[in-house]
Amino acid sequence: MAVRRYTWSYPYFIFLAIFAVLPLILVAVYAFQDAQGHFTFANVTRFFSDSNALNTFAVSIEVAIENTLICLLLGYPAAWILANKKYNSSMVTVILFMLPMWVNALMRTLATAELFNMLGVGLGKGTLLFGMVYDYLPFMIYPIYNVLNKMDNSYAEAAADLGANPMQVFWKITVPLSKAGIVSGILMVFMPTVSTFAISEFLTNNKIKLFGTIIQENINSSMWNYGAALALIMLIIIGLTSLLSDNEEKEMEEGAL
Amino acid sequence: MGKENHIIEINHLSKSYGGTEVLKDINLYINKGEFITILGPSGCGKTTLLRLIGGFSNPDSGEIIMDGKDISGTPPHLRPLNTVFQKYALFPHLDVYDNVAFGLKLAHVPEDEIDKRVRKMLKMVSMSDYEDRDIDSLSGGQQQRVAIARALANMPKVLLLDEPLSALDAKMRKDMQIELKELHKKMGITFIFVTHDQEEALTMSDTIVVMKEGRIQQIGTPVDIYNEPVNEFVANFIGESNILDATMIEDRKVNFIGHDFECVDEGFGNDVPVDVVIRPEDIYIMKQLAGAQFSGKVTSCTFKGVFYEIFVQTDNDYELMIQDYNPFEIGSEVGMLIKPQDIQVMHKSCTRNEMDAEVIDDTHLRIFGEEFECKSLGEGHEAGSKVRVGVNFNKIDLQDNQEDGILWGEVANLLYKGDHYHLLIRIDTGEDLLVDTNDIWDKGDLVGIKIAPKDIKIIG
Repeated sequence: MAVRRYTWSYPYFIFLAIFAVLPLILVAVYAFQDAQGHFTFANVTRFFSDSNALNTFAVSIEVAIENTLICLLLGYPAAWILANKKYNSSMVTVILFMLPMWVNALMRTLATAELFNMLGVGLGKGTLLFGMVYDYLPFMIYPIYNVLNKMDNSYAEAAADLGANPMQVFWKITVPLSKAGIVSGILMVFMPTVSTFAISEFLTNNKIKLFGTIIQENINSSMWNYGAALALIMLIIIGLTSLLSDNEEKEMEEGAL
Repeated sequence: MGKENHIIEINHLSKSYGGTEVLKDINLYINKGEFITILGPSGCGKTTLLRLIGGFSNPDSGEIIMDGKDISGTPPHLRPLNTVFQKYALFPHLDVYDNVAFGLKLAHVPEDEIDKRVRKMLKMVSMSDYEDRDIDSLSGGQQQRVAIARALANMPKVLLLDEPLSALDAKMRKDMQIELKELHKKMGITFIFVTHDQEEALTMSDTIVVMKEGRIQQIGTPVDIYNEPVNEFVANFIGESNILDATMIEDRKVNFIGHDFECVDEGFGNDVPVDVVIRPEDIYIMKQLAGAQFSGKVTSCTFKGVFYEIFVQTDNDYELMIQDYNPFEIGSEVGMLIKPQDIQVMHKSCTRNEMDAEVIDDTHLRIFGEEFECKSLGEGHEAGSKVRVGVNFNKIDLQDNQEDGILWGEVANLLYKGDHYHLLIRIDTGEDLLVDTNDIWDKGDLVGIKIAPKDIKIIG
């Protein structure tokens, strides 16, 4: 008897159920329980009255925005140069830019912290942003590079033909047409930055706490329920931002055809 | 027409890409208000020429003079011309209106003037109701119209069109040809149109420039190009034709298909090998033999809509293609007549293959890097010395299997000459060989090449 094709997908469904769905359900269940296992909204409402957590949340968002902006400002020109045949005709340079991604982020961060120690640079906001940009820059470059690399050169030529100088071609054609890449670059940098805690731990010695740090601290001190509620709130916020940008991205991709 | 009427003059323009010469010493002038078509097969350099005029790449040498200034180094945004691109290149992030207004906004034309001009342009291409539409919601023909409106909105002195109709279906293409021609009349500006479609070129142009392998073959009006092609390439590329080997016996007298014909050409010399072109509609065919110059037997007769396409085997065994309004029975005996002015005599580009060779020993030569056996060279040819050799077209032996030849090559072009095929073989080293053969080959066939020792002649 022939095996139907959908039976091949069973292992993946089982994997998803155990490692994605079940944990999510557990997070949701814990978030709405008190330590005795009774249903409660207290964990969620506690966040909104916990000035410490709210502050950290604000700092996290601020750091994430700053990191994303820096990555975009550095990453877009890098992607543009990589995608431009005039300056770069080999895949090797592109791979060199992606190479740091192959090394474990934790190791890179630890090494960066050691470097700062050796150089005598005081750990703080500056070193935190440095570490984050270092870690996340490739995630910004790659999607933008992909879009720019595939972009039909005739759009730029048509704009120049109609009287646009190279600057105008860049701002009126190249940037709008690479919006899909920019959006996914921003998502890939912004979302993980909000929840990261390792970078802030190593590169600021926990002087600056991020939202991820608080969740980790709560769980480490066995405050599972509050930790779960914080994680759930973060998940919802990230989910909402990605939903918003998803729509926009779809529009852009359709437009880019 | 004087020089002051030239809007563009192109002098000694050359361009190479990665070592291959795409354009070789192009000289051309374009008159104000003219509809000029650059016509040629793919890879002939026509698009490169247009891109050089548009400013999207720069020539290696030569100049492009527009309004008395050399613009060959000017970036495209400073050139007073606009382009309709092959794939239209409409901006997908802008709607129809903003696409057409793009150039005007850059030029800081006042808002109400932009509005007026965009509407006027869209009306001209019958796209008035589509202002707010997204580009991808338009059909190919509609995108085409928007692309034309966008290019014309800037009021260029010259409009460049890069195969703009090639993406449209046949019916739409015919309509657009007429519309473009009318648009040209209405605007009164110069159109430079690039196409590989000879029919399109003949229908639309005031002047046609025929190109092949980076060189201009002929410049003339459609009628000139059709009736008086300068060489076998132009004759074959433009319209249907019978191209035949012939001998110019004396002025006004030419021999082909085994008969002498009166013609109107002079100055070729006596007993000179030439090519003649006879258009299929210029051969008069009749059921009786009285009054005919030669006779033949009908081998096929196909109805083509307006006329019948008839193939005839002549009394000396040449095949001719004839177009006539009347059908002829297959197998029937027919008489034929060709009028002197309908015979177009052309110089042959060459009458045999000539190439450099290196002496290996008394009976061997190195030609195109391979060793060929030849007749004894005799005294005075040292090993390593260079000689020039000639091989007649019909003395080259083509083999089905590449491995069976000393050289191998690809059939790059083929031409039926009434009783044999005239092939252009591009050998693997990039050189060309011309071959006459009775065997049937297809374009793209890979062949082995052999030459008998006695057929390699030392000519210098």
